[in-house]
Amino acid sequence: MANMAQAIRMALHYGEENLGVKDIFGEDVGAPLGGAFTATQGLKTAWNSPLDERGIIGMAMGIAMAGERCVAEIQFADYIFNTIDLLKIAGNTHWVSNGQYSMPLVVITPVGAGIRGSVYHSHSFDAWASRLQGWKVVMPSNALDCYGLLLSAIEDPNPILFLQPKALMRSRGEELIPGEPESEKELKAMIDAPIGDRSKWKPKWPKLEKYTVPIGKGKITRQGDQITVVSCGRHLLLCNEVADALKQEGISVEVIDLRSIYPYDWAMIKSSVQKTGRVLFVNEDTEVTNFGEHLAYRVTQELFYQLLARPRVLAGKNVPGIGLHPNLEDATVPQKHEIERDIREILAEVP
Amino acid sequence: MSKKTTAKSTSKTLSTKSSSAELKKLPKELLIQMHSLMVKSRVLEERLIKIYKAGDAFFWIGGPGEEAFGVPLGLQVKKGQGPEYDYLHLHYRCTPTLIAMGMPMIDSIRLIMNRATDPSTGGRNFSNHYCYPKWNVVPVSSPIEVQYIQALGTAHVQKRHNKKALTIVTGGDAGTAEGDFASCLVWASRKGHELPMLITVQNNFWGISTSYHGQHGETFIADRAKAFNIRSRVINGNDPIESYIAIQEEMDYIRKTGKPSFIEAQLSRLYGHSSASGANLNTQEVDCLKEFEAKLLKAGYLKEKEVQELWQSYEQEGFEAQQLVRSEAGPAAETIWDHVFVNNENADWRKF
Repeated sequence: MANMAQAIRMALHYGEENLGVKDIFGEDVGAPLGGAFTATQGLKTAWNSPLDERGIIGMAMGIAMAGERCVAEIQFADYIFNTIDLLKIAGNTHWVSNGQYSMPLVVITPVGAGIRGSVYHSHSFDAWASRLQGWKVVMPSNALDCYGLLLSAIEDPNPILFLQPKALMRSRGEELIPGEPESEKELKAMIDAPIGDRSKWKPKWPKLEKYTVPIGKGKITRQGDQITVVSCGRHLLLCNEVADALKQEGISVEVIDLRSIYPYDWAMIKSSVQKTGRVLFVNEDTEVTNFGEHLAYRVTQELFYQLLARPRVLAGKNVPGIGLHPNLEDATVPQKHEIERDIREILAEVP
Repeated sequence: MSKKTTAKSTSKTLSTKSSSAELKKLPKELLIQMHSLMVKSRVLEERLIKIYKAGDAFFWIGGPGEEAFGVPLGLQVKKGQGPEYDYLHLHYRCTPTLIAMGMPMIDSIRLIMNRATDPSTGGRNFSNHYCYPKWNVVPVSSPIEVQYIQALGTAHVQKRHNKKALTIVTGGDAGTAEGDFASCLVWASRKGHELPMLITVQNNFWGISTSYHGQHGETFIADRAKAFNIRSRVINGNDPIESYIAIQEEMDYIRKTGKPSFIEAQLSRLYGHSSASGANLNTQEVDCLKEFEAKLLKAGYLKEKEVQELWQSYEQEGFEAQQLVRSEAGPAAETIWDHVFVNNENADWRKF
């Protein structure tokens, strides 16, 4: 099975060959490195940009306005903050031009903690991203969804922010990407650049097939009827693990993988919460004005009289950074035991 | 934008050359055409100010005083849609360029009066924030620097197409303090990846109320381009003949080499920053149009009566346009959801 970095690489290759992608660029994106996480190795349209995040986003916007498709990378989401006003303009260009110019671009960027990345390689961006009107924002939790969401993003005529949970870049999925060889070793030999001199290396791409995950559609990853847990990215996997553990005790947890942060799959959330009457939203961005709060608000407004307990948001602590020492990181972003604790507390509430 | 400008220009190079020999550098018909377009643009801008002062608009910002650079620029654009034509990443003082390209006066009036009929934004944005996809004029935005880096992308695509088209970017001198201006120079000049861009700064020596010397230590802004091996020049942007020839030479160079070029055009700001600073005529600034007109009259290229009729005809056009636009509707409230996403895909979370 491909890992997430390989899935991104294969999706970008498919985009180059079949979806009109002509530029994949960013810091260290081209040869010889092929990306800080190796996600852009061997791609024929990948190139290294100056180390200038505003230049990267500006370049992408210009390419999009000229009608061509590109994928731009910000090496870590922690470095995207100085482009906020450009992201705002990219999101408002279609609106402010009264529909005359569109901005079909994809920005990919690794997010979140989990690799002991300290203050500038651990931050999340999903809550900020949800406030970028005119953008669609997605975050996969596995390699197959990653491939399918990235193809959808490339095809979409709007600006798409593709958030990559960096701690999952080496995680392998449970389902094959269409066209991917079954053997991990075979895939590695085909598309992973060798260690050392890469000057003569070229990838041998598998015969990939089109597979898309619709933007705006979530996925139920665990069926249950006592409580709904909504998450995405790295924490989705933690929620799955907690649900599996609690199942041994006879506690039935339904887990929803949002996959798209905006637009989000309200129909799926609503249907599940109507069934369970209890809901927990989990993500690792900071907790004040967190996107999960919006979802909790909506649940409260629209499903209040069907609730059996107060909706709850479990998110990152509202502190300025994520400290390097494991004690600090683990105390800052939600951990498995906290997810389990919150589920138990919500289930214990008596209406 | 609320501080009123009171100091006079620090420029000493803005008056046009008086020699009639200068006129012979360009065909007579072109000079007369440029004069007419400069008058049209000036009359339009003054009409926009009147519209604001009459309470028919919330805000005015524009480019009166920049006609001697903007009109020659607009006349030389390879005009059309798509990478085979020139792209324009303009700032909010570029009415002269749009007029020279063929924009009707009423378009600009609909924009400042934020009517649904406004062809640039549908009533969503300020005056002079133009958008014309049919001419590759991308949306003008209020931040004073962001156009310099978006321009890189259209130039990058044009380089790939290799059809001798170029990207034009304009901005004021104050905006060069922003990092995006430096980014533009870096990205446009990378060895082997040089971009076909005409990078310009219209230096009117003011940034709202901050004088040139309050911000700049460099002798010329154009000197910064030299550090990146970008061909650069400083011109008198109050002289339409010098501007026309300089733009022509630089465009020829870019189309021939595929490399960037830089023009710093020193010129006047006749009505201050915007309505926020009063939008009153600054008589201490050189008026490029008055000087050019006097030169054409003196040379016998124009007659007094013709000039009077020209001004009057544009005055009438602007007046009638304002009356017409007054009767037009603003955008409907429910249209706020239009064009959030392409194809009007639902953007209202209440309806997900």
